[in-house]
Amino acid sequence: MTALTFGRASVPVKYLPVLVTGCLFVAMFVAGGIRYEGFASGQVVLNVFIDNAFLLVVAVGMTFVILTGGIDLSVGSVVALSTMIAASLMEGPGWPPYVVVPLVLLIGSGLGLVMGWIIQSFDIQPFIVTLAGMFLARGLCYTIGTDSIPIRDATFTAFAQTRIDLFADLWVSPSVVIALVVVAVAAYVLHYTRFGRSVYATGGNEQSALLMGLPVARTKITVYTVSGFCSALGGVLLSFYMLSGYGLHAVGMELDAIAAVVIGGTLLTGGTGFLLGTVLGVLVLGLIQTIISFEGTLNSWWTKIFIGLLLFVFILLQRPFSGRVRR
Amino acid sequence: MTEHILRMVGITKTFPGVKALQDVNLSVRRGEIHAICGENGAGKSTLMKVLSGVYPHGTYEGEIVFEGERVEFGSIRDSEHAGIVIIHQELALSPQLSIAENIFLGNERAKRGIIDWNRTNYEAAELMKRVGLRENPTTPIFDIGVGKQQLVEIAKALSKEVKLLILDEPTAALNDDDSAHLLDLLRGLREEGITCVIISHKLNEVTAIADAVTIIRDGRTIETLDMAADDVTEDRIISGMVGRALDNRFPPHESSIGEEVLRIEDWTVHSPSQPGRKVVDGAGLTVRRGEIVGLAGLMGAGRTELAMSVFGRTYGVNISGKIFKDGKPIVIRNVQDAIRHGIAYATEDRKRYGLNLIDDIKRNISAAGLKGLASRGWVNENEEYKVAEGFHRSMNIKAPTVNSVVGKLSGGNQQKVVLSKWILTEPDVLILDEPTRGIDVGAKYEIYTIINRLADQGKAVLVISSELPELLGLCDRIYTLSEGRITGEVAREDATQERLMYLMTKGQEKLS
Repeated sequence: MTALTFGRASVPVKYLPVLVTGCLFVAMFVAGGIRYEGFASGQVVLNVFIDNAFLLVVAVGMTFVILTGGIDLSVGSVVALSTMIAASLMEGPGWPPYVVVPLVLLIGSGLGLVMGWIIQSFDIQPFIVTLAGMFLARGLCYTIGTDSIPIRDATFTAFAQTRIDLFADLWVSPSVVIALVVVAVAAYVLHYTRFGRSVYATGGNEQSALLMGLPVARTKITVYTVSGFCSALGGVLLSFYMLSGYGLHAVGMELDAIAAVVIGGTLLTGGTGFLLGTVLGVLVLGLIQTIISFEGTLNSWWTKIFIGLLLFVFILLQRPFSGRVRR
Repeated sequence: MTEHILRMVGITKTFPGVKALQDVNLSVRRGEIHAICGENGAGKSTLMKVLSGVYPHGTYEGEIVFEGERVEFGSIRDSEHAGIVIIHQELALSPQLSIAENIFLGNERAKRGIIDWNRTNYEAAELMKRVGLRENPTTPIFDIGVGKQQLVEIAKALSKEVKLLILDEPTAALNDDDSAHLLDLLRGLREEGITCVIISHKLNEVTAIADAVTIIRDGRTIETLDMAADDVTEDRIISGMVGRALDNRFPPHESSIGEEVLRIEDWTVHSPSQPGRKVVDGAGLTVRRGEIVGLAGLMGAGRTELAMSVFGRTYGVNISGKIFKDGKPIVIRNVQDAIRHGIAYATEDRKRYGLNLIDDIKRNISAAGLKGLASRGWVNENEEYKVAEGFHRSMNIKAPTVNSVVGKLSGGNQQKVVLSKWILTEPDVLILDEPTRGIDVGAKYEIYTIINRLADQGKAVLVISSELPELLGLCDRIYTLSEGRITGEVAREDATQERLMYLMTKGQEKLS
C-alpha cells in the first residue's frame, strides 16, 4: 500500500500530510468567510503572506535542518540579532542598506556554519548546540543596545513601504516576493540537486547514507548554514516590517517555525517532508491569527491555544505513517 | 544424577514464510554442560528464544518440561522466575551504571522502595568473588573489558538464583585468556550444581568442556552425542553440522577468469571498542576479473570487518596493509574514494546500513551513483527515472512502480535495489556481504543469477556468506577466515563443506 484512494483519484501516502494541511487551510478560509463579513477576500490571504513573510523564510531554513533529523533553536535569536545589527549600523554610522544587508546575511550564515561545524565535528546533539547559539545570539543583541532602535534610512524605509500592485486592488509587499523566491529556490534545491538528495538520505538513514558514499558531514554543516542564512534574511524582512531593531523581536519564533514545519507534514525524525507543506503550515498559523483578530473579543493568546491543539492533532496524524514505513 | 532438568519436545516455530524450527528435541541432564552446535542460521538462537520466553508460549508448537513440570513462559520474566537465565552474545548491560548496579538491575536490594547501597555493594562483591571478578563494585561498566563484562552478566544471573544458565556464543568476542577463564568458571558452576547450555562455534572449546552435544541443522535436531560415552571428536561434530546433500539450488555457471583486479596484502584492523584487539590480522586475498571468490568464516571471524575496513575505513581503527587495484597500489580514505576506485560493498544489514527505508526505489537506486546522473550538482530527474525503470525491469524488482517505498518490499526485492544501486556506480569489484540473508529460496536463485551475470560482465565479485552450500554452489575459489586470519584458500574442485568447516574452526597455529 503506497497510495490511498479517494474515489477515482489516488494519492501517494507521502503526500497525505501536505494534502491534509492544504484542506485544513481551505476549510479554515471557508469557515472564516461564512462567519465574518469581509473575510473571504483575496487580500486576507495576501495579508497572511505579508504579515508572515519573515516566518516563512525562517521556516524554510528550519525545514532543511529538520529534514536531516536535526533541529535549530537559534533561529529566533538570530532574527533578533539581524534586526539589531541592521538597525544600529544604519542609524549609528549611517551605512547604506546595500552594505548592511549583505553583511547581516553573512553574519547569520557564519553563525549557522559554526553551529553546524560543532554539531558535526564533535558529534553533539543539535538541540544543545543550537540552544547555546540561541542564548549567545540573544545576548549579543543587548551588547548592541537594550532599547529598540528605529530605522530611518530613506532607501530602506521606501523599499519597506513599497506596495506591489497585483490585479483588482490586491497588493503584496516586496518581502512577500522575496519570501516566495526563497521558497521556490529552496524547493528546487531540495528536489533537483545532489545536495537536496543528501539532505533526505541523511535524515532517512544516516548510517546507510554514509555507506553509500554521500557527503553526510558536509550536508549536515550546510543545512545549519542555510538555516542561519534564512534566519538572517528573516531578520531583514522583519526589519522591513517593523522598521526597527530590538533584542526582544522574534522571541519564541523558533518554536513557531518548528510548529509550521511539523504542521506542514515534515517528520521531526527527518527524511520525509516537503517545502510546500511548510508554506501551508505557515499559512495555517497566520490564518489562525487572522481569524482571532476578526473575532475581535478573543485574546490573542488564543492563537497559542489553537496552535497547540493543531500540533497535537498533526503529531497523532503523522504517527501511523512514520510507524508503518519504518519496518 | 541422570534426571533431566529440561526437556524440549517437538518444538516447531514458524515465521511468516519460513519454518525456523521443525520438531526439535532437546534434553539436558541436571548439572551438566550441554553444548548446542550448528551452522549460522541453523536455528540455535531461535530455540533458545523459545526456551527463555522471548517467543512466548502459543507462538510455537511443542512442549517444554522444566524441573519435571510443564511450563508455559509468556515472557523472559517468567523464565527467569523459574530459574532460566539467558546471556546473549550482545551483552545487555547499561554502560554508565556501576558493576553492582548492573548486577541488581531490575532486582534492586531495596527496603520500601529505597535502595540499600551498602547491601547492594556488599552482595555484589560476594557475587563477583564467586565469578572471579576482581574489580570495585562501583566501577562503571564501560571501564572494564568485554571479558569482565561477561563475568558481570554471569554474576547477575547468579543473583537471580539461576538453575539453568544459557550462554549464546560466550567466547566469540573474548581473547584466549578471558576465554580460558570463562571456561574454568563454567566448570566451577557445574561443581555448584548449575546446569549450563552453551551455544558455541568454537569446537575445541566444546570438546574441552561439554558433557553432551546436541547438533541442529536446518531447524531440526540431528543428534545428541554423549561426550563421555561416545568418542566425540571435532570432525565428528562437523560432519553432523554440515551433512546435507547439495541439490539444484544454483544456476549453472562457468566463469571466464581474467587478470587480477583487487589484491589486499597484510591487512590488519583493530577493534574500535577494545583497544589492542586485532579483528583482522594480516589477511591477504586477491580477486580476478570475472571471478566469484567466496569468503567463509564463522560469526566473529572478522569477515564483515575485513570488507568494511577495505571499503573506505567504515570499520575499525589503526588499519594497516596494502590494497592494489589492477596491480597499482591505491589509498582509500573514505567511501567516496572507494567508489571512485570502482569498489562497491553491499552490506549484510540492508535495513540499517544499506537502504533509506522511508524513501522510494528510484532514489535509493540513484543515491550512490548520483554523480553520473547530475551535472554541476543538478540532478537530471528524467535520466534518473529511466535508469531506475531500467533496473526495475532488468533486475525484476517486484514493485508496482519505481516510486514505491523501499521499506515495504520483501527482502529479496530490497536486495535487488541494493545491488542496482551499486551496479549504477559501475564498479570493477563488488563485495557482497551475506547477499541472500533473510531472502526466500526462490529469490535466492534470482540473486545468484544476478551475481553470475555480474561476473560474466567482467566484474570481480567477493561473496561473504555464512552458508557454506551457497559458497560451494557459487564461487570459483573460497578463502576461509578464522579469528581474523586467512586460514585457507580452496579451489572450487577441492572444496567440501567438511574441509571448509575444518579450516573455519581451526586457529592458524593448529594448521601447521
